[in-house]
Amino acid sequence: MYRYDEFDRTLVKERVAQFRGQVARRVAGELTEDEFRPLRLMNGLYLQLHAYMLRVAVPYGTLSSRQMRMLAHIARTYDKGYGHFTTRQNIQYNWPRLGEVPDILDDLASVEMHAIQTSGNCIRNVTSDQYAGAIAEEIEDPRPWAELIRQWSTFHPEFSYLPRKFKIAVTGSPHDRAAVKVHDIGLDLVKSEAGEIGFRVHVGGGQGRTPMIAMTIREFLPKAELLAYLEAVMRTYNRLGRRDNLFKARIKILVHETGQEKFRAMVDEEYALMQGESPIEVPPEEVARIVAYFAPPAFERLPDADPATDRLAAEDRDFAAWLRRNVKAHRAPGYAIVDISLKPIGGVPGDATADQMDLVADLAETLSFDELRVTHEQNLVLPHVRKRDLPELWRRLKAAGLATPNMGLASDIIACPGLDYCNLANARSIPIAQKLSERLADQALQEDLGELKIKISGCINACGHHHVGHIGILGVDRKGTEYYQISLGGSADENTSLGEILGPSFTEDDAVEVVDKILGLYRELRENGESFLQCYRRVGARPFKERIYGAH
Amino acid sequence: MALIRHGLPAREDFAAVGSEDALPEGAVIVPFARYRAEREALLARNAPLGVRIEPGERVEELSDDLPRLAVIALAFPQFKDGRAFSSARLLRERLGYKGEIRAVGNVLRDQIFFMSRVGFTAFEVEKDKDAAAFAETMAEFSQVYQPSSDRRPTVLALRQGARMAAE
Amino acid sequence: MAKAELPQALTANRLGDGEVVYRTPAGAWSARFAEAAVFGTKADAEKALADAEADVAARRVVAVYLFDVVPGPNGPSPRETREVIRAKGPTVRLDLGKQAGNSAEHGARAS
Ligand code: SF4
Repeated sequence: MYRYDEFDRTLVKERVAQFRGQVARRVAGELTEDEFRPLRLMNGLYLQLHAYMLRVAVPYGTLSSRQMRMLAHIARTYDKGYGHFTTRQNIQYNWPRLGEVPDILDDLASVEMHAIQTSGNCIRNVTSDQYAGAIAEEIEDPRPWAELIRQWSTFHPEFSYLPRKFKIAVTGSPHDRAAVKVHDIGLDLVKSEAGEIGFRVHVGGGQGRTPMIAMTIREFLPKAELLAYLEAVMRTYNRLGRRDNLFKARIKILVHETGQEKFRAMVDEEYALMQGESPIEVPPEEVARIVAYFAPPAFERLPDADPATDRLAAEDRDFAAWLRRNVKAHRAPGYAIVDISLKPIGGVPGDATADQMDLVADLAETLSFDELRVTHEQNLVLPHVRKRDLPELWRRLKAAGLATPNMGLASDIIACPGLDYCNLANARSIPIAQKLSERLADQALQEDLGELKIKISGCINACGHHHVGHIGILGVDRKGTEYYQISLGGSADENTSLGEILGPSFTEDDAVEVVDKILGLYRELRENGESFLQCYRRVGARPFKERIYGAH
Repeated sequence: MALIRHGLPAREDFAAVGSEDALPEGAVIVPFARYRAEREALLARNAPLGVRIEPGERVEELSDDLPRLAVIALAFPQFKDGRAFSSARLLRERLGYKGEIRAVGNVLRDQIFFMSRVGFTAFEVEKDKDAAAFAETMAEFSQVYQPSSDRRPTVLALRQGARMAAE
Repeated sequence: MAKAELPQALTANRLGDGEVVYRTPAGAWSARFAEAAVFGTKADAEKALADAEADVAARRVVAVYLFDVVPGPNGPSPRETREVIRAKGPTVRLDLGKQAGNSAEHGARAS
C-alpha cells in the first residue's frame, strides 16, 4: 500500500500544527464558535449529541496493521475504548476532548493518517472497492488513482469552499462495490475496444434528501487526463452550483437541472479552455511511483485447494457457513479474501472495540500481508489470506465475536449512528438494526432469504444509504416520536436503483414486524431461486403494499 | 478593518464607492454594475480604477478592459461562498490579469493561504490581529500538491525533479 | 398551544469536552439533568438563555438552547426522545454517558 514520502508527511504534520493553533485560538477566545466551527469541520471534528466526534479518514478504505493498532490506541487513550466504522470507509470516535484532538492528530500523523477534509464543503475522503487488488474480476487496481485523487484534492486552493460537500468513488471491477453511481463523481476503470484502460465518468449521483443516480458524462477518459478533467468538473460546479439553498447545493442538482448533454458540453468547454493554463499533468513516472506501492504482495505458489480447510468445512457446520458467507475467491490460487463481520447478531453495526482492532491488526500482520480494508457496508476485510490459514483465522475471529457468517445476508445491516449519537437525527437507527438482526438471526433462515441488503438512516441525510437498500428504513420524527418509513427495491451496485417508499411510516416495533412480513411475502412469491431484489423487480411494489396496508 | 498588500500592512488608497454614491476624487473601486453603466466616464477619469465583482458575476465579461483596471476586488459576502476562488484563477491564468486582485468582505485569516495560491495579492481582513498573523498564516504549509496561479512548484514537480537529479 | 406552556430547561455543551450540561437555579452548569433549573414561564426561560450568553462569551459552553420538560411523579423529564438521550447517554450503550454513572471515565489520559 501507499507510503508517505517526505512531502506527504510534512503536509500532514503542518496540518496538525495549524489545527493545534486553531484550537488554541478558540480556547483563548480569538475565535468565536461561529468562526471556529468551519475550521474544526474541515478537520472532521463535530459537536454531536453527547460530546465531540472526530472522523478520521481511511483513504480508499486501506489500512496497515500499524495503522489499525493506532486506531485502537486512540480509542483506548483518548476515547471510550471503541470506534465506529462508517459507510464512508472512515472511523469515528464519539467522545474526544477538544484540547486532546491535536494530540490524536499527532498520533495519527505518526502512522500516515489524518482527519483532513472528512467534513466541510470540500472534496472528501475518496472511497473505493474494498476488494481492490485481490478480486479476480478486476480490470485494474483503482487505488493508485484514488491516491492520486487524494493528493490532488488535499488542500485544493480553488475547491475548498464548494457549494456543498463533494464525494468521489473509484472502482476497478465490473461488479460495483463502491456505489459509484450515488457519488458526486463516480469513476469506473474500463477497457476500451482497443484494449486501453481508462475511466468512465459519472457525475451527479447522491443520496440525501433528493436521491439521484449519476449521469455518465464521459464514456472513456484516458488516464493521463484524469485530474485535469476532474478540475474542469469541479470548476463548473464551483462556479454554477447553487448556493441559495442548502438542499439544492450538491452537484446532482446542477447536473440534473442543466441536463446531461448540456452539462457535458459545459465541462468539455471548460476543459478545452483550461489547456495551456496551470497544467495539472501527472508525469508517467509519478503514476508509476504510486502504482508500485500497490503492486501485488509476494504470493506463494500454492495449490488452489487446501485439504485441511476442506476437511474442517465438511465436519464443522459453523466453519462451513463462515466459508460460504464471509470468504470470497481471490485472484491468486490458494488464497482467499476474508470479510470480518462487524455485525454480530444484536450488535451495533460498524462498532469495534480497541481489543478487536488490535486482534484484527495482528491477524492482518501475520496472515494477510499486513493489509486490511474497511468496507462501506461497515465491515472489515483481510484481503490476502492463504486458504490453509482459514481454520486458524476463523477460530481467532470467532473467539473475538468477529466471525458472524452473515456477509450479504439479512443481518448484515448498514445503520448510521442515528439519534443515539447524531445531532441531526430524527430517530434512532441502531436499535431497529439490533431488533431486526435478532429477529432474523437464524442462519438457515438468513441463507434461505439469500442476498439481502437492509440499510437504515436516522434522517434524510441518508448516511445509512437507505435509498439504495433492498429494504431501506428511514427514521422520521412525528411530533417528537420516532417513526420509520420503509422503502423497497433500492440497490447500489452496477444496476443502481432507488428504493420506492412503501407507504405511511411505522413505529419501531411495527417496522420490525413489517420487514418480517415483507420477507414472508418474498418467500411466497419468489420463483426459480430469485433473490429478494430480483423478485421485487419482477413483481413490483403492489403485492407488498397490499400485504402491508391491505388491498384498498 | 485592515488591508494587506503583497504580504504587508498597507494604507487604503482606494475609496470603495457604492452604486449611488457621488464619485470622490482619486482612486475608487466601483461595483461591476456601475462600471458597466458608466464605463466610458470611469475609464476617462485620471485616477486608478478598481471594479468590485460579486460571486455570481463573470470576470470574463471584463476581459477587454483588464489592462486598464488597477484593482479587481472579488467579494466574499460570506466566507463560505467560494466562487471567487475560481474567478481569481481565471483572471490570472485565462485572462492574464496582472493588477491587484483583492479579497473583500467576510475574509478569514484561515483562507488567506488558499486565496494567495489562486492569485489574490491583497486582502481586506476584519480583524487587525489577522493582518498581523499574515506571515504566520502563509508559512503554515510549505508544500502544495496542485499547480495554481501562484506557480509554486508542486510536490509532483519536486518529486519529478528529484527523480531527474537521481538519474 | 399546549406545547408553549410546558416548562423548559436550558442546556449546552461544555466547550472543553463537549459534555452535555444544564443551567442550574444558581446560574452554574451541571452535567446532571436532575440539577437543572426548570423555568415555568417563557420570560424566565428567555432570561436564562440571555444570561447564558455570558458563559458562551467566556468560552465555558457552546450550543446553548432551551428545551421542553414534562412534570412527572419523580420530577420533570425532557419531553423529546432526543433530550432524554442527551440526558442519559446512548440507548444502545448503557455503559456509556451519564447513565453509566461515571462520566469522568474516559481514556487512559483521564485516569
Ligand atoms: S443519516 Fe442523519 S441521523 Fe444518520 S448519521 Fe447521517 S445525519 Fe445523522
